[in-house]
Amino acid sequence: MINHEEVGLTDGDVKEMYRTMLLSRKLDERMWLLNRAGKLPFVISCQGQEATQVGAGFALDKEEDVLSPYYRDLALATHFGMTPLETMLSAFAKDGDIQSGGRQMPGHFSKKASNILSQGSAVTTQVLHAVGAAYKFKLDGEKRVALTTLGEGSTSQGDFHEGLNFAGVHKLPVICLIENNKYAISVPTRLQYAVDKLSDRAHGYGMHGEHVDGNDPFAVYGVVKAARERAVNGEGASLIEAMSTRLTAHSSDDDDSYRTIEEREKNKEEDCVVLMKDYMVEKNIAEESWFLEIEEEFKLIVKDATKEAENAPYPKAEDALRHVYEEVDNG
Amino acid sequence: MAKISYLQAITHALDHEMGKDDDVFILGEDVGKKGGVFKVTDGLQEKYGELRCLDTPLAESNIVGTAIGAAMMGKRPVAEIQFADYILPATNQILSEAAKIRYRSNGEWNCPIVIRAPFGGGIHGALYHSQSVEALFASTPGLKVVIPSTPSDAKGLLISAIRDNDPVLFFEHKKAYRLLKEEVPEGDYTVPIGKADVKRTGEDITVITYGLCVNYSLQAAERLSKDGHDIEILDLRTVYPLDKESIIESASKTGKVLLVTEDNLEGSVMSEVSAIIAENCLYDLDAPVMRLAGPDVPAMPYSPLMEDYFMVNPDKIEEKMLELLEH
Repeated sequence: MINHEEVGLTDGDVKEMYRTMLLSRKLDERMWLLNRAGKLPFVISCQGQEATQVGAGFALDKEEDVLSPYYRDLALATHFGMTPLETMLSAFAKDGDIQSGGRQMPGHFSKKASNILSQGSAVTTQVLHAVGAAYKFKLDGEKRVALTTLGEGSTSQGDFHEGLNFAGVHKLPVICLIENNKYAISVPTRLQYAVDKLSDRAHGYGMHGEHVDGNDPFAVYGVVKAARERAVNGEGASLIEAMSTRLTAHSSDDDDSYRTIEEREKNKEEDCVVLMKDYMVEKNIAEESWFLEIEEEFKLIVKDATKEAENAPYPKAEDALRHVYEEVDNG
Repeated sequence: MAKISYLQAITHALDHEMGKDDDVFILGEDVGKKGGVFKVTDGLQEKYGELRCLDTPLAESNIVGTAIGAAMMGKRPVAEIQFADYILPATNQILSEAAKIRYRSNGEWNCPIVIRAPFGGGIHGALYHSQSVEALFASTPGLKVVIPSTPSDAKGLLISAIRDNDPVLFFEHKKAYRLLKEEVPEGDYTVPIGKADVKRTGEDITVITYGLCVNYSLQAAERLSKDGHDIEILDLRTVYPLDKESIIESASKTGKVLLVTEDNLEGSVMSEVSAIIAENCLYDLDAPVMRLAGPDVPAMPYSPLMEDYFMVNPDKIEEKMLELLEH
């Protein structure tokens, strides 16, 4: 990991970043437990990618910038304002789920008040939405950026090419962040693409490309921060490839058997939450007591959120008929 | 009021809305400097600037997908797909995204886009410049699919579509562009989406149709009126969601219904109209529901005799009308 001060982060910033990473991890782990206990039908994970997500989120302006994320972005969404209760209400598909009112599987982020665009399950469509949002910023002369994220598998889709091409042509304020965790479900990178670095494709789109260690939140912060600067200064889009690690199976319905036990064990050595903690201890950024304190704090937060969501009612059956079109009140 | 064409009426609607609302912008292939391959957007780039009448790269998913992103952020994009036949690369963005954004976000987000595309045949466009693609989208809740049949409707419906807070597909019959002319109300003029329109009242039979076939049906009805036949023509105008009330009312009134579309017979919009009539009007019917449509072949051929064979025209409609009248 690079030194956090190199990219202008304070010890306080580092603590805040770690808090979001850890809280997201704890939420994610709890959802797996609930799934295995038969209480949640489905979980899809951010585990191993928190450093990339929090590093990127921290470099943005939460008030102004817009996210068009993908399904692994729990830590990014949490940083942008998705609360633990909202995450759990979505996981349980309960009434009050801000993301979809219980319509979508968990991991399909959406929260208008936090500038998080609604996502579907078809991959890569979100790239064009970010590019379109960035075109709006250009049209209206706004100093804002749109960040979109995707897995490396999604770079094979046409929308990836179409979106980056358009963003390049108009020098749009958009940042495209590939969270390269090296697997698209079971398909490894060697069967997904032939280039050495996906970020090299930036040249083909006339934009800035950057390859970064995704397990290092400070490195990710640095490149996204620079990308944001370029974007709001009219210097155009950036394609960033963050080399990251998927610590879980693709989802709760996947057994991960296509990766050897050795490979999966080795991945744990790259656990960004552990690496971050080691760094903070080494740099004397926080005492052991602080870590214990937030462990306790988050345990309670996750427990309370789980309990409240579990006890919440489901949306009414006939709510399935709502919000197809604008509901006009004629009364 | 001067007479203007179906095409000019669409241009007027775009110009009117762009002048009125800064959030309205156009994007598509060749829509800017050239003014569109049919000249529908002629002069708009000059008037509103490059960014508000944008020549996009040749990539349909990009056109629709970026329009969706801008719409979610509050803009009102009007995307042009150069020919309806080429909308297919954008169907994922239309069906998986635009149609579902309001629903999947529990009403938090919406997607006020219009996608305009010229469709239909009879202009020597062969397989890939002649298709009717409305049925592909007309079974997708969340979308509205509008097909005007007259210059006035084209203007009024397009203004309504741009102001609508949900995604609207707006298919324009390309043969109608310069063929149809009439006096069109000037300035702010809207026609409601979701309402069919009785274009001719009659008592003997009902013809339900849309697009250019409305004009063809009116011609055929006019000819038969000379022999005392009294034919009602119901123009669907919005093919999704359908105006069931108007369909049921007209079918029940005459008891004899002919459904006309230029699309392939099987699985067309008319198949759904037929089901609505079957479910609601059975005891009012005096004859089986009759359909006239294109044959079930992949698309319209180029060579003139084959093209004519595929196309619906006033003669074919007249023949079918007579068959139904005599039933």
